[in-house]
Amino acid sequence: MICAVRRGKPIDTVLTALTNIGITIPTFWLGVMMMYLFALRLHWLPLMGYTSPFTDFGLSTRQLVMPVICETLFPLAANARQARSSMLEVVKQDYIRTAWAKGLGERVVIFRHALKNGLIPILTLSGMGLSMIIGGSVIIEQVFVIPGMGRLTINSILNQDYPYVQAITLIVAAIILLINLLVDLAYGWLDPRIRYS
Amino acid sequence: MIEQAKNVNDIVKITPRVGEWRRFRRVFLSRGLVLIGIIILFLLLFIAIFAPLLAPYPPNTPVLKEALQNPSSHHWLGTDALGRDIFSRILWGSRTSLEIGLIVVALASSIGVILGVLAGYYGGWVNAVIMRLIDALMSFPMIILALVVAALLGNGMKNVIIALGIAMMPSYARVMCAQVLSVKENDYITASRSVGCSNSRIMFSHILHNCLPPLIVMVTMMLGSVILAEAGLSYLGIGISPPTPSWGSMINDGQQYLLDLPIISFAPGIALMLTIFAFNMVGDGLRDALDPSLRGTF
Repeated sequence: MICAVRRGKPIDTVLTALTNIGITIPTFWLGVMMMYLFALRLHWLPLMGYTSPFTDFGLSTRQLVMPVICETLFPLAANARQARSSMLEVVKQDYIRTAWAKGLGERVVIFRHALKNGLIPILTLSGMGLSMIIGGSVIIEQVFVIPGMGRLTINSILNQDYPYVQAITLIVAAIILLINLLVDLAYGWLDPRIRYS
Repeated sequence: MIEQAKNVNDIVKITPRVGEWRRFRRVFLSRGLVLIGIIILFLLLFIAIFAPLLAPYPPNTPVLKEALQNPSSHHWLGTDALGRDIFSRILWGSRTSLEIGLIVVALASSIGVILGVLAGYYGGWVNAVIMRLIDALMSFPMIILALVVAALLGNGMKNVIIALGIAMMPSYARVMCAQVLSVKENDYITASRSVGCSNSRIMFSHILHNCLPPLIVMVTMMLGSVILAEAGLSYLGIGISPPTPSWGSMINDGQQYLLDLPIISFAPGIALMLTIFAFNMVGDGLRDALDPSLRGTF
C-alpha cells in the first residue's frame, strides 16, 4: 500500500523487490536456512519442536518464531503486491481527487477513502492466503517437526492410513468453505452495493 | 504517463498490426527484471537440454570414499552423503523440474481449457455440472490435493505429474470459463453464428483465440508454481523416487548435515528460487505487455 502512494520513489522499488523475493522463496528451503542461521550458527532460537504454551510459554513462543515467519512470508508478499496494484487503481479515481481537493489530510484520504475501496481484491487474496497457509503448514510442520495436522497428514499418507487422510481432507475442506463464506460476507460490508438475496 | 502517451501516438502513426507487435515488444522488454528473467529461462533451458554434456560427474553414481566433501576444484559445490557431485545433480535436477513443469502445465491447461470453454459456451446445466465439480476441487489447498492424489497413486514421476495436473487444472477451467462468458457476448460471435459456423468451430477457433492472452500469462506463472509444488512434494518424500535428482529431495537430504555442510541444502534452493523468480518475472512482463487490464488478477 505504501508502494502505491509513493509510486516510483525509492521505497516503492525496495518494497516491490522485497515482495518479489517473498513470493519466490520456497518456504521449506527458507525454513531449513533459518534453522541453520538462527538455531545452529547464532543459537538465538531453538532448532525445532513444539511445546504447549501452557507448559512453557517462553519456549513455546521462541519455537514458533521461525515457522510463523516461514508460513506468513508468501501470503504477506502476495497480499502486498495485490494491495499495491489495487491501490494504484483506486488512487486514480475521481473521488480520491475530490477528497484531496476538499483539503482532507493524507491519512484520512489514504486510509478511509482509498483503502476501503481497494480492499476487495485484497480480501479475496487474504481468503486464499488462509487456505494457502493451511496447505503450507503441511510442509512447514514437517520442516520444524511440529506435531500438528499437517504432519499428521504426511504421516498418515506415508503409512497409507486412508481413514485419517479422508478425515483430514474433510476437515480442511470444511475450514476453507467457512473462510470463503466469511470473505463473501465481508464483501457486502465493504461495498454496500453488493447484496445477497 | 508520458511514456504511455508516446506509445499511443506510435500506434496511431503506423499500421495497427505492426504497432501492436511493437508495443508488445517495447512493454515486454522495457523492464530490467523481465530481461533478467528471460536470460535465466534460456540458461535453464540450455542447461536442461545439455545436462549430460555439462555435468562433470554422473548424477546417480555413489562414490562413497568421496562422501560429504566441501566445495573444491574437483567438486564445485561439494558432494552429498553418498559422494555424488552436487553441482552435477543440480544440473540434472533442472531437467526433472522443467520436464515435470512442462508436462503438468500442458496437461492441466488442455483439460482445464476444454472444460472451461465448454462450461462458458453452453452455460445452463453443462456449466453447472462442470463448475460445481471445479469448485469442489478448488476447495482444497493445491498442495493438499496433490498430496492426497499422490498418496493414492504412490511415488514416481508419472504419478506426480497426474497429481499436480489434477491440482492445477481447476484454476485454468475457472479463468477460461470467465473469459469465454465475456468473449461470447461480442458481436463477431453472433456474426459467425449467423453465417452458419458450427458450435465447435466457434468455440475453438473464434472464442479460444480471443481468450489466449490470459491463458499465456497463466501458463507462464503456473510453470513456476508447478516447479515449486513438485519440489515441495519431493521434499516431503512423496514426489520423485529417490535416485532421480530433484531439487526438493536434495534440500531434504542436506537437512541432516546442516551444521557441517549447509551447501547441500543451500545450493538447490538457490537454483529453485532463480527458476521461480524467472517464471514470475516473465509472467509479469507478458501480462503487462499482452493485457494491462489483467494487472493484479494473478
